[in-house]
Amino acid sequence: MTRRIIATEEAVSLINELRHTHGPLMFHQSGGCCDGSQPMCFPEGEFKTGGSDVCLGEVAGCKFYMGGDQFSYWKHTQLILDVIKGRGSSFSLEIPLGVRFHIRSRIFSDEELAELEATQPLT
Amino acid sequence: MSIATSAAPTSTLAARPEFKTRYDHFINGEWVPPSSGEYFDNISPIDGKVFTQAARGNAADIDKAIDAAHEAFKTWGKTAAAYRSNLLLKIAQIVEDNLEYLAVVETIDNGKPIRETRAADLPLVIDHFRYFAGVIRSEEGTISEHDETTVSINLHEPIGVVGQIIPWNFPLLMATWKIAPALAAGCCVVVKPAEQTPTSIMVLMELVGQVLPKGVLNIVTGFGVEAGKPLASSPKVQKVAFTGETTTGRLIMQYASENLIPVTMELGGKSPNIFFESVADADDEFFDKAVEGAVLFALNQGEVCTCPSRILVHEHIYDRFMDRVIQRTKAIQMGNPLDANVMMGAQASEDQYQKILSYLDIGKQEGAQVLCGGEAFHQNSGLEHGFYVQPTLLKGDNKMRVFQEEIFGPVACVTTFKTTEEAIAIANDTLYGLGAGVWTRDAHELYQVPRALQAGRVWVNCYHAYPAHAPFGGYKKSGFGRETHKMMLNHYRQTKNMLISYGKQKLGFF
Repeated sequence: MTRRIIATEEAVSLINELRHTHGPLMFHQSGGCCDGSQPMCFPEGEFKTGGSDVCLGEVAGCKFYMGGDQFSYWKHTQLILDVIKGRGSSFSLEIPLGVRFHIRSRIFSDEELAELEATQPLT
Repeated sequence: MSIATSAAPTSTLAARPEFKTRYDHFINGEWVPPSSGEYFDNISPIDGKVFTQAARGNAADIDKAIDAAHEAFKTWGKTAAAYRSNLLLKIAQIVEDNLEYLAVVETIDNGKPIRETRAADLPLVIDHFRYFAGVIRSEEGTISEHDETTVSINLHEPIGVVGQIIPWNFPLLMATWKIAPALAAGCCVVVKPAEQTPTSIMVLMELVGQVLPKGVLNIVTGFGVEAGKPLASSPKVQKVAFTGETTTGRLIMQYASENLIPVTMELGGKSPNIFFESVADADDEFFDKAVEGAVLFALNQGEVCTCPSRILVHEHIYDRFMDRVIQRTKAIQMGNPLDANVMMGAQASEDQYQKILSYLDIGKQEGAQVLCGGEAFHQNSGLEHGFYVQPTLLKGDNKMRVFQEEIFGPVACVTTFKTTEEAIAIANDTLYGLGAGVWTRDAHELYQVPRALQAGRVWVNCYHAYPAHAPFGGYKKSGFGRETHKMMLNHYRQTKNMLISYGKQKLGFF
């Protein structure tokens, strides 16, 4: 099955480490200035999602959200949650560890897009 | 991945100042060690090396700073405008007297070229302190006479203790944009600088910390989740000002909703820079200015909320104009940011650098054509581990992700348009609305197009000017509030309305 969001082994391992400290987690993909365009990791429920958000799926048991209007520009790409060294700002939980969740992207094929729209429609 | 290699020049290098091995918080007029006893490394993006440490603040440190600010507010909030104005002028003068030193520190902390910190960041810091020192002496409340015995008086009162979260792209200037109006308005402040650039503001406080009464201005460094969150969510602050990205912006608004306090938000953009056909009517001084206007995407390595990251060119002038823009972009000299001749420095952090490279990858996957750059930039002479990216021009379509997302790097995406209506439609096809540029020789276009653009700041026949006295802020998802202008004072104040009756007759209801 084609998935809109997947995670590297390093990302899964970091999620497990953070979950051990903070409990259940969630992600929200940011946009805009500075550390925008990076995924933010929060304790589950810390960030209030609403009708303007869409859930792209789960990574290692964590829901991954994005603003629906942002998704309309991103929907043709598969997102790959990864980890890099570095010091982002924002309230994302991994930053004190000196690492940063990071999004890599891959363009879906037409077949994959058709499958996603048929089986997992998001508006 | 690397194609460019250059030896870092040494002839015009600014000397590196001595840094302390670590910097404490500045709370209540004193240097206060973090309650945890922990510090974190500050890495200079110039060479990827640790040059000092910053205090790792937490909720206890933030609480201490907020308490100090509240104590100070009891008197600071009642001081004369003339007194506050004078202290802001003193700060401006100290910064001016130490401009070179602070410019070098800022370059080491942030990675931007010394040319810019000398000519832009620090001069603007000085001017913004002076501007807010000036406007609070000249502005007044209002009064209206409702009838011959009733008068309504509107007076300004400072809102109280303010939390300010500062970004890393212009660490001293963005701090000044927030601190100067808040202090001018009579507020006391707790500042949380970005964890990528926690040092320059502490060096500034070493110079100006004793100008202000203790507790008026407090700086707590640390990570967002450990220090920023307790500040943004504290029930003891009366207002939060934030510059950053949309998810954290929403989270801060969520915290503010719990405390029912106001916020101002500056959340970035994807600014269009539009070049109409008349730009190329002559190959003259103005054409040259317009070419530079397009290349300004490389200012501050593109780490500007209003980076003109989408270049929209009329199709009839595309070749003539873009040939020159590409030529000028290729002429951007990279090297050691401390070198006075270097035009573009290092990205502020490793994760930022990686993010930009990921966008270059997605742009290529989406079919964008690389007009120049498109890769990391590697140099030797001790700068092998710095975070450098070549200035890059991509040609493509406005629906591509590289046209829609703020890369926050030296990357501009170019597309063409046929008509004015199409230019406006492309320009407005974005979630954001912070800045825009309009370049034309047509007197009608230069008025009509800016009015049709959904952006808070439209530069007409110029770009990247940030004078105090011109309001700056966003439409759409770029946020709200207007900085760099006296209207920012009202974001740090309440209005006290006194409705006064001079009459002696009762109403007659009871």
